[in-house]
Amino acid sequence: MLIYLAKRLFMTVLVIAVTSVIAFLLVHLSGDPAAAMAGEGATQADIEAVRVTYGFDRPIYAQYLDWAGRVLGGDLGRSTYLRADVTDVLATHIPVTATLGACALLFALGLSIPLGVFAALRPNTIIDRLSLWVAVAGQALPSFLFALGLIYLFGLYLRWLPISGSDSWLNYLMPSVALGYYATPAIMRLTRSGMLDVLQSDHVRTARAYGLSPWRVVIRHGLRHAVVPVVSLAAVQLGFMLGGSIVIETIFSLKGIGHLAWESIQRADIEVIQAILLVIATAYAVLTLLADLLNAALDPRIRIS
Amino acid sequence: MLITPQNPASVSVSPARVALGRALRHGGFWIGGVIIVAIILVAILAPLLTPHDPSVQDLSLRYVPPVWNEKGSWLHPFGTDNLGRDYLARLMYGARISLGIGVLTVLISGTIGTAMGITAGYWGGWPDMIINFFITVRLTLPVVLVALVAVALIGSSLWLLILVIGLLLWDRFAIVVRSATQQLAQREYITAARAIGSSTPRILFREILPNITGPLVVVASIEIAHAILLEAALSFLGLGVQPPDVSWGLMVAEAKSQLLFRPWMIAIPGTALVLLVFAINLVGDALRDVTTPEGKA
Repeated sequence: MLIYLAKRLFMTVLVIAVTSVIAFLLVHLSGDPAAAMAGEGATQADIEAVRVTYGFDRPIYAQYLDWAGRVLGGDLGRSTYLRADVTDVLATHIPVTATLGACALLFALGLSIPLGVFAALRPNTIIDRLSLWVAVAGQALPSFLFALGLIYLFGLYLRWLPISGSDSWLNYLMPSVALGYYATPAIMRLTRSGMLDVLQSDHVRTARAYGLSPWRVVIRHGLRHAVVPVVSLAAVQLGFMLGGSIVIETIFSLKGIGHLAWESIQRADIEVIQAILLVIATAYAVLTLLADLLNAALDPRIRIS
Repeated sequence: MLITPQNPASVSVSPARVALGRALRHGGFWIGGVIIVAIILVAILAPLLTPHDPSVQDLSLRYVPPVWNEKGSWLHPFGTDNLGRDYLARLMYGARISLGIGVLTVLISGTIGTAMGITAGYWGGWPDMIINFFITVRLTLPVVLVALVAVALIGSSLWLLILVIGLLLWDRFAIVVRSATQQLAQREYITAARAIGSSTPRILFREILPNITGPLVVVASIEIAHAILLEAALSFLGLGVQPPDVSWGLMVAEAKSQLLFRPWMIAIPGTALVLLVFAINLVGDALRDVTTPEGKA
């Protein structure tokens, strides 16, 4: 297990390092950072001054090493637009996105695990087919349309929920549903197949033969085993959600890092953009690492091969 | 004289023909296929189907409601937008962009992903490790954010958008092709091909590639839908297709402020988008059903 842990840890660090190189190159090579920083209407002399001041005239690898060194020391740079340290800016935005991600995941699990269990208890019935079909059909619905539909119904027509801002917990309801919905088909399918397997196993049959109540058998002896792979899938899905939060946060003006990323892209605030790319990629890498470790801890075959 | 290897098609019915036969008996394939063909025809024949130009403005005819509204008229069946442009014409021309982006990006991502997947699956060892590593790196990068940054910083054009989406969505191709190739590489006829001295390119292109077309087509359909949705999301965020080009995501974005008073302006392009993606998914699911040997995934 220790060797496996060390290997996976090393790979995760390597992935984050390569990702950071790509993020840095993307931001620095796809435009002229000095021109972007100097802003519109800057003269050539202004741009050259910015280029020298911020060191954009140095070779790209030197700039990257410099940036990476500062990041490792906890300094993510400065936002030219907000005139603040990127670390401070992120500190105020990350809790919003983290809350959104957690609520979205809770919604997804709360919807898909009961549906998956039910589908497994009554396989190939209308309800089994219908729940799968609705989930699959929903995948054709882009998240921004789904979000606009929610806004129209609950925000504008029924006037039950606020349509923008991040002041109260009510602001998180629609965005969480809009974001979490897309994780449901995968989780539902995995719960269903896991439950189908475990319900046919010997220990469930024994538990039933003992005369335990059906619900007790399903929850204690069935779901407890079937839910394990679901937990690691949920971690990966949470990582995807962080990436998808940009669309949802922008629609609902939820001031998380997705919204911040969109605003920073419009302002060409490159230090913020590359920091957000790094943060989201790192979060995803760490979440998949946790999912893998969980799987390995529970299934010895994985860590040996 | 060596014994020439027999073409499997001459011995038995080719798997492709079997799959096609099964597909034609599959309900989802027909429903999805008819919708897709209809949308393709509308996209191609748009100039013949509508007298209006999608980008001609008429400020005296702003916000004409659609025909089912009491103030609507058949002159503009779906009404007009904030600049008096005919909404039906915009919808028809928008289909060109959605379909075009879907197909062209998948040509790029499919080529990259297939090349990587075959390399990793056939040789294994360190090429496999390196390619696996790049798949992990690609999955770690958030697609929407990377695409937005690239388009915003380089400057948006339709070709750049296609290139960026194509360079981002190759991961599923690589994963699926890799595992399909791994399974094939151990088959006896590949060993036999090697034994009779077939060159590596010949094995890859004549033996491996034709036998992974099943999974390849399935992934391609999923990824066309994926690319269309990604383009719509980028256009919705204002960094995808730019005027004067029309796209369904752009139409939704431009009508966003009209959500309360003119919800049809979002519902019309939205329905078109959902219908197209749903139809592609239906065909993709049907193809998966008919290309897996048991007929069920």
